[in-house]
Amino acid sequence: MNFIEARKLVHEYIRRDEEGNVENILTALDQVDLDVKQGQFVAILGHNGSGKSTLAKHLNVLLTAGGGSLWVDGKDTLDEDNLWDIRQNAGMVFQNPDNQIIASVVEEDVAFGPENIGVPTPEIWKRVEKSLKSVGMIQYREHSPNKLSGGQKQRVAIAGVMAMEPKCIVLDEPTAMLDPNGRREVLDAVEQLNKEKGVTVILITHYMEEVIRADQVYVMDHGKVVMQGTPRSIFSQVEALKSYRLDVPQITLLAHELRKEGLAIPEGILTRQELAEALCRLY
Amino acid sequence: MLRDITIGQYYPADSVIHRLDPRTKLMGVLIYVVSLFVFRGLAGLAAVTAALAFVIWLSKVPFGYMVRGLKAIVIILVITVLFNLFLTPGEPLVEFFGLKITWEGLEHAAFMTVRLTYLILGSSLLTLTTTPNQLTDGMERALKPLNKIHVPVHEISMMMSIALRFIPILIEETDKIMRAQLARGADFESGNLIKKAKSMVPLLVPLFISAFRRANDLAMAMEARCYRGGDGRTKMKPLKYKRADVFSYLLIGGYFAVVILLRAYL
Repeated sequence: MNFIEARKLVHEYIRRDEEGNVENILTALDQVDLDVKQGQFVAILGHNGSGKSTLAKHLNVLLTAGGGSLWVDGKDTLDEDNLWDIRQNAGMVFQNPDNQIIASVVEEDVAFGPENIGVPTPEIWKRVEKSLKSVGMIQYREHSPNKLSGGQKQRVAIAGVMAMEPKCIVLDEPTAMLDPNGRREVLDAVEQLNKEKGVTVILITHYMEEVIRADQVYVMDHGKVVMQGTPRSIFSQVEALKSYRLDVPQITLLAHELRKEGLAIPEGILTRQELAEALCRLY
Repeated sequence: MLRDITIGQYYPADSVIHRLDPRTKLMGVLIYVVSLFVFRGLAGLAAVTAALAFVIWLSKVPFGYMVRGLKAIVIILVITVLFNLFLTPGEPLVEFFGLKITWEGLEHAAFMTVRLTYLILGSSLLTLTTTPNQLTDGMERALKPLNKIHVPVHEISMMMSIALRFIPILIEETDKIMRAQLARGADFESGNLIKKAKSMVPLLVPLFISAFRRANDLAMAMEARCYRGGDGRTKMKPLKYKRADVFSYLLIGGYFAVVILLRAYL
C-alpha cells in the first residue's frame, strides 16, 4: 500500500444562513486521487483557491473527508482512533512562520511536539538537538524566535515537526511569506531531509521553481487534480499550465518560446544548464 | 516607538538566585511580603533590611537597576507619607495652618515608606531573576493542587506563555497598522483625550481581526503538533528542586521565625 492513498476524496465548505439553511456550497476538493510512496518528494501546485491547502489539512486530519477515502500510513483518516497516530506521522508546516511557533525560546518550541506525545525528558533533549542540527539551526537554540528571519523561523518550524520523528512532512506554502534567500534556505533544508533521512515530503506551493526538485508533481485547479507527472513532463505542457493560471519557470518558458520559433530544442527544459547544452548541440 | 517596550524585566546574570527553582522564589517573595507587614520596631527593620540586602547581593543585579523600578510608585509613596504624617492622632510635634505633624505620624510614615519600598524591591527581584517562562512554569507547578477542584491550571499557564510570546508580535503589528494609517493621513497625536481615544478605534479593529486570525492559525498549528491539553504531556525542562532550593527553604523559614520572634519579644 502507498504511504498516502486518496480515492475520490471530496471536501465541501458549506455556508449556512442564520436559520441553518444551506446558502452555498464550495467544493474545495472534487474526487481527488492521490498516491504517494514512502520517501517520495511530491509537489502539489495550484493557483489560489485550487483546493491545495484543503488537501494538505486532510493529510494531517485537521479536516476529514466529506466523501471518498484517505489513508495515511495504512490508517483510515475517518477513524477517530487513528487521529493522533496520523498527526504524529504526518507533520505539518504552515505558511505564516509567526503563527506556528508556540514557545519564546527556539529549543522549547522544537520540544513542543515531543512534549505533547509524551516523550521522556532525556529523549526530548536528544531529539531537539538532532532536529535543530538537521535544519542547521543548532546555534540559535537559545534565541528568541522573534529575532530570527522568516527563513530561519520556518526552519525552526520544520525542526519542530522533525522532532516528532514523522515519516512524512506536509508543507503548506512554507515559502509564501519569505524573501528569495529565505525561500532557498527552507527548500534546501526540506530537500536534505528528503534525500538524507528519507522523509516523505509533500510540498504545496504556487512557485514553479520549487517544484523542479520534486519526484512527482500534481497540478490542481478548482478542487480537481488536472495534471500529474514528473516535473519534466508537466513543464513540457506550457500551454496547459497557462490555462490553469500557472507560470512556468523562466528558463522553461524561454526554451518553449525558442522552440515555437523553430529551434530544435526538446520540451521540458528545467535548468539553465540544460538549455545551454541544448543550444550548444544545435551548432 | 512601540518597539521600545520590553516585556518583563528579566536581568540576565548567572547567580545563585537566578538558578533557584521558580517555586522557591515565589514562596520566598510571598513570605517576605508577609514579613514586611509583620515586623515591628528597629530590630525588625534591621532583619528585613539585612535579608533584602543579602538577597540583592546574591542576585548580582545592580542596585541602580532595581531602584529604577521604584519610579512607578513615587506618587503612591508621597500620598501615603502625607496621609500618615498629618492624619495620625497623637502628641503634636509641629503645628502650622491648622495641620499638625505628630511623633506617631512621623514614625508611621517612615515605616510605611520602608514597607512599600521593600515590597517593590523584593517582588521586582523575582521578575528580575526569573524569565517569564520559568515564572509561568513555576506557577503551573505550584498551583497544580487546584486541578483537583477543576481549575484549569495547565490551560491558564499555556495561555500565559502564549500571550508572552505574542506580545512583541502584536506590538509590531500595531506599529505597522499605525504607520499604514499615518501614511493615509490619520492623526493620532493632536486633539484632547477623547479625540485621541477615538482615533484609536481604526487602529484597534484591524488589530483585533488579525489577532483572531493568528489565534486561529496557532490553534491549528498546535493541534497539528498533537497538542491535546495537559494530560500525558512530558516536559523538556521539568522543574526539579536542587540542594540550593532545600537550603533556601530552610533559610526562608529561619528568617520568618526570626521576624516573628522579634515582634513577639521586643
